[in-house]
Amino acid sequence: MKTSRNHSLKFTLLGGGILILLLLNIALGSVYIPFSAIIKVIFGDDSIREAWTYIILDYRIPKALAAIMTGSGLAVAGLMMQTLFKNPLAGPFVLGISSGASLGVAFFFLGGSALGLTALLQVHGWGTIIAASIGSFAVLSIVIIVAARVRDAMALLIIGLMFGSLTSAVVSILAYFSPAEDLKRYMFWSFGSLGDISWSALGILSLCYFIGIALAFSITKNLNSLLLGDHYAQTLGVSLQRSRFIILISTSILAGSLTAFVGPIAFVGLAVPHLIRQWFTASNHWTLLPACILGGAVLMLFCDIISQLPGLPITLPVNAITSLIGAPIVIWLLIRKKKLLF
Amino acid sequence: MNSTPSHSILSTKKLAVGYGKAEKETVVNAINLDLKAGSFVTMVGINGSGKSTLLRTLAGLQEPLEGEMYLEGKPLNTFDSETRSLKISVVLTGQLISKNLTVLELVSLGRQPYTNWLGKLTEEDKTEIQKAIIATELVSLKNKPCYALSDGQLQRALIARALAQNTEVILLDEPTTHLDLHHKASIFSLLKKIAKQQNKTILCTTHDIELVLSLCDEMIVLHQNTAIQNTPEALIEQGIFDNLFPGTNIYFDSQSRRFLIR
Repeated sequence: MKTSRNHSLKFTLLGGGILILLLLNIALGSVYIPFSAIIKVIFGDDSIREAWTYIILDYRIPKALAAIMTGSGLAVAGLMMQTLFKNPLAGPFVLGISSGASLGVAFFFLGGSALGLTALLQVHGWGTIIAASIGSFAVLSIVIIVAARVRDAMALLIIGLMFGSLTSAVVSILAYFSPAEDLKRYMFWSFGSLGDISWSALGILSLCYFIGIALAFSITKNLNSLLLGDHYAQTLGVSLQRSRFIILISTSILAGSLTAFVGPIAFVGLAVPHLIRQWFTASNHWTLLPACILGGAVLMLFCDIISQLPGLPITLPVNAITSLIGAPIVIWLLIRKKKLLF
Repeated sequence: MNSTPSHSILSTKKLAVGYGKAEKETVVNAINLDLKAGSFVTMVGINGSGKSTLLRTLAGLQEPLEGEMYLEGKPLNTFDSETRSLKISVVLTGQLISKNLTVLELVSLGRQPYTNWLGKLTEEDKTEIQKAIIATELVSLKNKPCYALSDGQLQRALIARALAQNTEVILLDEPTTHLDLHHKASIFSLLKKIAKQQNKTILCTTHDIELVLSLCDEMIVLHQNTAIQNTPEALIEQGIFDNLFPGTNIYFDSQSRRFLIR
């Protein structure tokens, strides 16, 4: 078939894109390191300067891997939500899931110290992950309950917005009572950064990531049925409750753990599924899901390269870059298509 | 080719449908229906008479308030959603379906109950899909996305999807709304043809009473909170249509089989 050959070409392009951007991502940064030195370090040559080896192995490679997981994880979460809510504007950030995660982290960072829980939960970074996942799970549950009652797409988005303002309100209240040090820690976290991730943290993150992605693949057939709406899906033998629950768990694990480690990242979850849908002209989730994984990784690696401002000693918050790139993409899609479809 | 309606497929006993759990709001009660294999049955009634509610209850999308439903003699609630999806398919209106789907993709989704967890289509699935597309005359449109279809074409595609599901019973909720007379007639004759040629039981709600009088085998009239099932001729003889609409503006002329305005 023509379409399948067409699709494999696009998959190859995306895969190649990841490889090239991955190498560029590792090669470029505040400190200039010759490309030959990078290759040598990757292949375990220890004749290279120690500082370079450290930068590459303990900073740039974990950061690039974190970028890949963040982009693909958020894109998958966005894809599942757009299908579940039958709403083209759904996404972890828009629906307030990321805000929920932020709220969880805010309670953890700012409220936790008051209760003396911080030391207890801070073993190997699990504390932030659990706090963020609980936060996103709670918000997503509320959104799902509301979605069952109000069919209106606008209402859902407004709820997402409300959670956003609720988060900032609670954060400012907590901030008022928190020591400056905790506040600073929270503020830095909220800018979003792929950089300060250690190998052990990366291990935890990838465990959560693979669970989330595996759950998404386990529900792919039902996602296809859900394209026809809840009623049709039910008459096709889909258990709505079970599917919703699995999507809920998968999305909260993905959005929760990623937000915990890299901070709230906007627009990737919303924009990537649309870009992929338009480029592949596909609706089948067996195509969309892998394509979103690759596409999300490409976009995030790209944004991270820009945020590093290669050659300059400063780094921009990656969250700002994804918004700067993502928001125009969504606007452009809206203008071009007049109507976004899920 | 079985053209004479034979054994019972879907039946109800003292069924009551409506809304609410704690405070029940019954819309239709004491429903005793008996749908036979290979019959084309239409359900009529004024707005709010409970046609869609009854149809959704029969499809298993809504719990009945009282009474029993039987599918092939067995209580309907003993079928889980997966086995029921092999027996009953639906065509619904006003559903938020993804308009990005092409006709072929839409029809293929009708095979979901038969495919493995990967959703991979076998040769048999592909044959069924092809048959459904041919029966609904959608061959030339099969690669078009749904957003590019007219209302009538989309309706045919949704019917094709139900056909691909290859169930004994197909329930349709007002499949001819928003269609012009020509397309209404073509949908009804298509449904009749499917019922006769493929020996399927088709139940379809509609407001086009005059149109289906001559086409359907039996009718279910929802009137004053209850349901009456009979052949169109018997219903006309019994004068059921005379009082179908409230007020005195409209009356049924049994000679011309038409509703007329006074």
